[in-house]
Amino acid sequence: MSATDDIEMMASPAKAAPPSPLRTFWWSFAENKGAVAGLLVIVVIAILAIFADWIAPHSPTEQFRDFRLLPPFWADGGTLRFPLGTDDIGRDILSRLIHGARLSMAIGLIVVTLALGMGIVLGLVAGFYRGWIDVAIMRLMDMMLALPSLLLAIVVVAILGPGLSNAMFAVSIVVLPHYARLTRAAVISELGKDYVVASRVSGAGTLRLMFSTILPNCMAPLIVQATLGFSTAILDAAALGFLGLGAQPPTPEWGTMLASAREFVTRAWWVVTFPGIAILVTVLAFNLMGDGLRDALDPKLKR
Amino acid sequence: MFKFIISRAALVIPTFLGITFLSFFLIRLVPGDPIEVRVGERGITPERLAMLREQLGLDQPLWVQFASYVGDILSGNFGTSLVTKNPVLLEFLELFPATVELSVCAILFAVILGLPAGVMAASRRGSFWDHTVMGVSLGGYSMPIFWWALLLILLFSVSLGWTPVSGRLSVMYYVEPVTGFMLIDTLLSDEPGAFRSAVHHLVLPSVVLGTIPLAVIARMTRSSMLEVLGEDYIRTARAKGLSAGRIVGLHALRNAMIPVVTVIGLQVGTLLGGAILTETIFSWPGIGKWLIESINRRDYPVLQGGVLLVATLVIVVNLIVDLLYGILNPRIRHGR
Repeated sequence: MSATDDIEMMASPAKAAPPSPLRTFWWSFAENKGAVAGLLVIVVIAILAIFADWIAPHSPTEQFRDFRLLPPFWADGGTLRFPLGTDDIGRDILSRLIHGARLSMAIGLIVVTLALGMGIVLGLVAGFYRGWIDVAIMRLMDMMLALPSLLLAIVVVAILGPGLSNAMFAVSIVVLPHYARLTRAAVISELGKDYVVASRVSGAGTLRLMFSTILPNCMAPLIVQATLGFSTAILDAAALGFLGLGAQPPTPEWGTMLASAREFVTRAWWVVTFPGIAILVTVLAFNLMGDGLRDALDPKLKR
Repeated sequence: MFKFIISRAALVIPTFLGITFLSFFLIRLVPGDPIEVRVGERGITPERLAMLREQLGLDQPLWVQFASYVGDILSGNFGTSLVTKNPVLLEFLELFPATVELSVCAILFAVILGLPAGVMAASRRGSFWDHTVMGVSLGGYSMPIFWWALLLILLFSVSLGWTPVSGRLSVMYYVEPVTGFMLIDTLLSDEPGAFRSAVHHLVLPSVVLGTIPLAVIARMTRSSMLEVLGEDYIRTARAKGLSAGRIVGLHALRNAMIPVVTVIGLQVGTLLGGAILTETIFSWPGIGKWLIESINRRDYPVLQGGVLLVATLVIVVNLIVDLLYGILNPRIRHGR
């Protein structure tokens, strides 16, 4: 850049106004085609989940006794009335999948909110106060990370009893340490910066410093982790459902559907195939979007 | 060096104590009195309940109970199964080789495929091959492995009839357990075809269990290679006129391997978690299936002892990985 360019830029500030942060974020996010595809898929699944009652052709629990184990419409004997076929007691698989989307999105949302909430508070306290309380919290988190996550979730469910809400609680406990660690690391790196010192000097209280001064500047890694956390939550909750420890039949949860479809693996491939595709596509979409968010939000990785 | 090992090992002690604490409370957090859980639906008279409580030390204060629990563990007593009446440690040791065999084969599958895939992807960055490897590994990373297992069974066992669906060995053979590792035991036995059968039983579970580690290893190898390939000494090697194969294979790979080795070591937790699902689906008689069955049977001492043993295992392996990392990479050792 030559000197005249510099002068010109200074002379016309309006023309060279920096784009808003949101816009720069969107530019770098939209560069990543995978991330945009992930976002689109998530939007579609969210719409399906919200309007499940209107979109699904049948009720997820209605049993059409005359149409048991009907194949999808393109296979021999299939009908468009049940586009993806029916299960062993004649329920429409497509309708169950659509209603399952509602459950999976709710699971992701609730698990991530719970884990994020608890993790932020623990991480803030640990990073802000340091000392013994930091050691105590972080040791506890290390302990939780030492157990395989599914095993820890199983232990929590074994204590509380099987069921969807207990499974969600168990998964939030399991993923909690990641959020606590991230928050703590971000808080410690922010704590010494001038703006925090300035805020402290001008008399901001502890809570204000923690939540309103420091926290907003720690959000980028947390947003990324939360997006990736959706996929972990959906996968783990489905795994618990599959093991019979999560949502109980006849709830149309995808993992639970797979568990009851297991015995038909030799006779009716569609009962086994579609719920798994639903899980895979949803998880993949969140992983793609999470990766894109990380690239867009983390300036260290920008190339 | 010695100081480094001691300081790392000391960090593990509180974690281990905490896990012991957790497993101690596990059985006390389960709804219902431990004795009532034990007698099940048969019922019990109040006098006998009081007697049993005294016998088992449940009338003592909690800290006394915890102390005696720790004492029991240190002397190798991890409780007794309510269902089989066998010591938990004995059952664990009996089933453990099956899980180790499965995990070792899974990690071998993941490394043998994942390493070259990651190296190739990095050395041809942006190529079709790179995109394929990254796409497939993202898919593997997002895979619900319990469904993946069902799909593979559907294809290879049901449609093609190539592999069996469950167990470790065909019922046609009987092999004396010597090491507990079916591959070794069948080789030691005189039964012709038994080894083949063991391999057939092992293939699908290993692929299923190895899928997520495969994805992680391929991605890690790629990014680690990319980082190393950007270093100055690689440019120097290139300027010296070395062949691309020599640069990638000799100069870059060695340094790129350090984080990859750590990641492989850290897969132990993932493997044990995945083993729970894989073993349940393939009726593989290992630790994972044992733990799930203990929950379904409400066999809490097994769950308690099993969780403690598995956690100990993960902690110890992670410690070993940590130490190896320090030995491989002097910068870590002297950094603290």
